[in-house]
Amino acid sequence: MIVQAFAFYLFAGILTVSALMVITARNPVHSVLFLVLAFFNAAGLFVMLGAEFIALILVIVYVGAVAVLFLFVVMMLDINFSDMRKGAMQYVPIGMVIGAVLLTELVMLYGTWQFVPGREQNIADPVAAFAGQNNTEALGQLIYTNYIFAFQTAGLILFVAMIGAIVLTHRTRAGVRKQAVSDQQARNPADVLEIQKITPKTGV
Amino acid sequence: MIELWNTYGIWTAWTLLYIVLIVGGVMFSVAYLTYAERKVLGGMQRRQGPMTVGPFGLLQPIADGIKLFSKETIIPSQAHRVVFLLAPMMLFALSLVAWAVIPFDKGWVLANINVGILYLFAISSMGVYGIIMAGWASNSRYAFLGGLRSASQMVSYEVSMGLIIVCVLLCTGSLNMQEIVLAPRPIWMQVLLFPMFIVFLVSILAETNRTPFDLPEGESEITGGFMVEYSAMTYALFFLGEYANMILMSAMAVILFLGGWLPLPLLGFLTFVPGIVWFALKTAGVLFFFLWSRATLPRFRYDQLMRLGWKIFLPLTLAWVVIVSGTLLSLDALPGQKEKANLLAPVERSVESLIEGGEEILRAIESVGDEIVGDEAVDEE
Repeated sequence: MIVQAFAFYLFAGILTVSALMVITARNPVHSVLFLVLAFFNAAGLFVMLGAEFIALILVIVYVGAVAVLFLFVVMMLDINFSDMRKGAMQYVPIGMVIGAVLLTELVMLYGTWQFVPGREQNIADPVAAFAGQNNTEALGQLIYTNYIFAFQTAGLILFVAMIGAIVLTHRTRAGVRKQAVSDQQARNPADVLEIQKITPKTGV
Repeated sequence: MIELWNTYGIWTAWTLLYIVLIVGGVMFSVAYLTYAERKVLGGMQRRQGPMTVGPFGLLQPIADGIKLFSKETIIPSQAHRVVFLLAPMMLFALSLVAWAVIPFDKGWVLANINVGILYLFAISSMGVYGIIMAGWASNSRYAFLGGLRSASQMVSYEVSMGLIIVCVLLCTGSLNMQEIVLAPRPIWMQVLLFPMFIVFLVSILAETNRTPFDLPEGESEITGGFMVEYSAMTYALFFLGEYANMILMSAMAVILFLGGWLPLPLLGFLTFVPGIVWFALKTAGVLFFFLWSRATLPRFRYDQLMRLGWKIFLPLTLAWVVIVSGTLLSLDALPGQKEKANLLAPVERSVESLIEGGEEILRAIESVGDEIVGDEAVDEE
């Protein structure tokens, strides 16, 4: 058990520190890199819970795709961060108020939280209901059989959001020359070339 | 303490031994892959390739390694030091970490985890960080351009690679690497997966930044891309990482499509040959394809590269996922399927639940109606 405890505190410690560094690092690229480290340690914690599928999906989706896009945007932005920080102090009071409200809500929620009976058992053996199946099969069973409609609805909402994002950002610019590959390949030498025999000293 | 040693110590010692063996093997292969590349390129261009150091030039990779070790590491004064040094280490470490789940033979695998192929995919999708960090930390325009090119290229081709892996997984029914190799594959399934094998081969060329997709390095336009500021050991780490990634991707292609350590079909009588030899031979075959395409093809233009990834491979692989799953379902060949599939079952279930929901609504309306009628009756009285 001591090794598990050690691994847990290692992952959790690095996760907390790197999450702190995300918001305190001066350089935004460093922030994103710490975010990646935080994702990675969260994946480690998932593995310790026995949820290896979710752990790897977290790495593939968040580290492999989302954070790469963040890094892209942050690297390309040309912002002078010392300028941005100049007026930051004037927003501290309102930030503190919002933070206090959220903290109070969290505390109140936690105080009145009702736990499922037998939750110790669930924590000890999260996939007890799917004995003999591995992680991936158990998740598939839940998503594609038991909760198929909820899952499809979530997919539909994402689809609508994607179409919305494309519609909002798409604009047709005038005067842009584009390569139409099918047109190029459909060109026929007979249509575009004209062979002329030119006798000397006459011109075309 | 003794107990701790008995539970974990021996296990750790064995694991360390395996890790040293695997890393040593990979490094040895990388060294001789560079030699093979120069020899193959030489042969295809009617030259001899390296031939002065050792017999047939066989010691050339070792000489190259010693040369790189003994050079001076230069860090540009404008570079972000920590990230600059972290980038090559990360790329190199990731290219080695991925080997943990590769089965070299039946049972010859360091970590036989349930989600092996996902692990491999996750690690290979992280490889882009080393390059993008190098491009940014060098604080040089060429390096930055190379890093951006490489990152967008790898992200684009990863999408179609993921879908190809899904196609294979549909046929094998497991995410475990050994079970993927051992899953039965009738001829029709091989035929069905063959187009995906071709797309996969092209995608791994793009994923490892090899010709004809080597725009991130593009020595004639951006003088070496993200590696332009690196020298000596930091450069060597990039180099080793890239070649280890090439071998890794070839091994992945072998495991997904070419039957891993199993002997080739029609050569079943050669089962006495150890599995690792088959595995190595098949991987070498795919690697030869890498070198061959380098000697043969000119470089793509960048917009053509993106067009190929997003407009051709992505729709094709997406369609193939549908085709493969439809074929498997209609032939009752889904892995792990015990009874004949009832294709209408989901429809029946949804109709049933709709009817149930409708009945419930009707009951609710009726009860509300009863209440209203009841109230009115009371009023009339």
